[in-house]
Amino acid sequence: MLWVDKYRPKTLDHVMVHQDIAQNLKKLVTEQDCPHLLFYGPPGSGKKTLIMALIRQMFGPSAEKVKVENKTWKVDAGSRTLDIELTTLSSTNHVELSPSDAGFQDRYVVQEIIKEIAKNRPIDTKGKRGFKVLVLNEVDKLSREAQHSLRRTMEKYSAYCRLILCCNSSSKVTEAIRSRCLNVRINAPTDEEIVKVLEFIGNKEGLQLPSGFAARIADKSNRSLRRAILSFETCRVQQYPLTSKQVIPPMDWEEYIAEIASDVMKEQSPKRLFQVRGKLYELLINCIPPEIILKRLLYELLKKLDAELKHEVCHWAAYYEHRMCLGQKAIFHIEAFVAKFMSIYKSFLIATFG
Amino acid sequence: MAPLLQSSQPWVEKYRPKQVKDVAHQDEVVRVLTNTLETTNCPHMLFYGPPGTGKTTTALAIAHQLFGPELYKSRVLELNASDDRGINVVRTKIKDFAAVAVAVGSSHRQGGYPCPPYKIIILDEADSMTEDAQNALRRTMETYSKVTRFFFICNYISRIIEPLASRCAKFRFKPLSEDIMSSRILHISKEEGLNLDAEALSALSSISQGDLRRAITYLQSAARLFGSSISCKDLISVSGVIPQEVVEKLLIACKSGNFDLANKEVNNIVAEGYPVSQMLSQILEVIVEADDISDEQKARICKKLAEADKCLVDGADEYLQLLDVASNTMRALCNMPQEFPYEG
Ligand SMILES: Nc1ncnc2c1ncn2[C@@H]1O[C@H](COP(=O)(O)OP(=O)(O)OP(=O)(O)O)[C@@H](O)[C@H]1O
Ligand SMILES: Nc1ncnc2c1ncn2[C@@H]1O[C@H](COP(=O)(O)OP(=O)(O)OP(=O)(O)O)[C@@H](O)[C@H]1O
Ligand SMILES: [Mg+2]
Ligand SMILES: [Mg+2]
Repeated sequence: MLWVDKYRPKTLDHVMVHQDIAQNLKKLVTEQDCPHLLFYGPPGSGKKTLIMALIRQMFGPSAEKVKVENKTWKVDAGSRTLDIELTTLSSTNHVELSPSDAGFQDRYVVQEIIKEIAKNRPIDTKGKRGFKVLVLNEVDKLSREAQHSLRRTMEKYSAYCRLILCCNSSSKVTEAIRSRCLNVRINAPTDEEIVKVLEFIGNKEGLQLPSGFAARIADKSNRSLRRAILSFETCRVQQYPLTSKQVIPPMDWEEYIAEIASDVMKEQSPKRLFQVRGKLYELLINCIPPEIILKRLLYELLKKLDAELKHEVCHWAAYYEHRMCLGQKAIFHIEAFVAKFMSIYKSFLIATFG
Repeated sequence: MAPLLQSSQPWVEKYRPKQVKDVAHQDEVVRVLTNTLETTNCPHMLFYGPPGTGKTTTALAIAHQLFGPELYKSRVLELNASDDRGINVVRTKIKDFAAVAVAVGSSHRQGGYPCPPYKIIILDEADSMTEDAQNALRRTMETYSKVTRFFFICNYISRIIEPLASRCAKFRFKPLSEDIMSSRILHISKEEGLNLDAEALSALSSISQGDLRRAITYLQSAARLFGSSISCKDLISVSGVIPQEVVEKLLIACKSGNFDLANKEVNNIVAEGYPVSQMLSQILEVIVEADDISDEQKARICKKLAEADKCLVDGADEYLQLLDVASNTMRALCNMPQEFPYEG
């Protein structure tokens, strides 16, 4: 098992960061009637961990017995019948899924699943706990239609089903949905907190940590706890005993983008643009999300630019990323950004150096 | 359906008014519907407006008051976007429902309820119906107009096609005023035995921005987390409002003219998980009120805020949009030219 999974705290009492939030969540469910919840925060900040621990708090250890299923929904969409396949994780008391995986058919999934849950409620001998929990991941990626069709359902079935929604960016969740949930913000852990977790893991694994080692990993992890733990494990695999000079291996794709950034700084020409396109394709094929590519590229470029150019370049990055989410083919927009950058940078060079 | 324990009902449901007259702040529609209760005349209705202002509540209340619990099932059909699957289903459902005639002689009051001789179809979330579906509904409405009344409910009236809208009496549900909010909240606090000071009360009313459902959810969460004495600070912490220092810090970085400093603040805001859409509204508040910023600077900043807000609605990246806003704010505050020098 990877360390990220092995050392994921199982209960609200055992979390090492977000302890205050965990204690609050505990109070929230004491009377078995928690509101719908919306967890939001950056990647790797610990949302999922808290959600799982919360469900365990509600239903006890039985919530950990999950089975993974590939479910097919038959959906009657007017004239045709659609088959939608999705992976669900479920225990007797909860169901978890990422409806956005169904693409633009996501609304059918959210419609079906909640009704199905309402039908098969667990019957408890004590007549309590008459509701199930539905965890929906990545709600910020749900289409507007799917979000709209959650509105009344969340109210109508509120007696049978509590929703726990999880996302990175709550700005992408509609007002009407946010109004129906208690919003829980999960901030990215600070570097100190990350160091604490890494040292804990090192200790459990019986490792000798050179001083400052954990801090170096934390510094490179961009405040993502998941990333920090992953790169810690990579270091351990690469070389043991750990030394204070050991390099923290960067991510391949980040190296690659740094290379692209120096390419475009060195030469601004159609030929270079063509070469860069090849590299961008390479990244996309390896499933690096296009907005991440664009942001990382901007990050690399900003490191190299004069202050007066930074405003201009960050403006165009925002501009093309917006275009990208309206359009269909990401490559066009990333490439347009690169071309724009080349043109700006070239005029800058000419104006400055003649 | 097993009856549920009272406690497992969220307060928003528990305190949903059961009678039209208890719907607060929406005087016009309440007046019209009170009249309906006497005369039993009712046009098709279209309710629209922001979340948590009483649209669904009002429609359900009038339906219950007209027919009472016994007839409700046979006379009222509630459809919403999560039930409707394509127009065929909607049409069949409505047809089946409307086609069963209202029994003769049933147009009398029964058990104290007016029971008018028509059925009510409530289409909640009508704005997520496709145009085709809406067009198909026109015919259905006409065919059954003698025996049915439609209630359309939506957040965005612009999504309802004109021919449908023009067949209805339209009512805009206004965001609730702070006074009305306060009095509803006070009522609930009393029922639940909570202790809320004046400061907390006014904070809650203003944070919820006219959305009573939100106010009630915050209140319930705060009660659960902090016990029966609730302070202004408790409410702010459950509401997700961004602390004023965070906004100030970003603006100070913008004033400094140092791009990297602003970038660092933006990164920090995103890592802390603050919703950028919320950040934009809070920046707006500060900028508009500030007296050390010229009108021209304000205009430049506000224009950018508006653009970024639109981009976010389209699904654009939060970090990039906030960075662009910060960069524009900096350029406005430091009187840098609006045009870019090297735009090729
Ligand atoms: N409170 C915590 N205490 C200790 N370790 C934690 C805590 N929260 C998370 N972790 C560790 O960090 C890893 C990542 O957390 P998690 O999967 O919950 O992030 P996430 O917010 O769901 O991320 P994403 O948005 O990318 O899905 C976990 O596998 C776990 O090892
Ligand atoms: N005008 C009002 N008077 C009294 N209570 C209200 C009013 N508006 C909202 N509420 C309270 O807020 C809750 C939600 O209201 P309701 O479901 O009617 O909102 P809505 O306008 O239909 O919102 P949405 O557009 O999100 O569906 C109700 O249960 C009730 O407790
Ligand atoms: Mg996760
Ligand atoms: Mg409603």
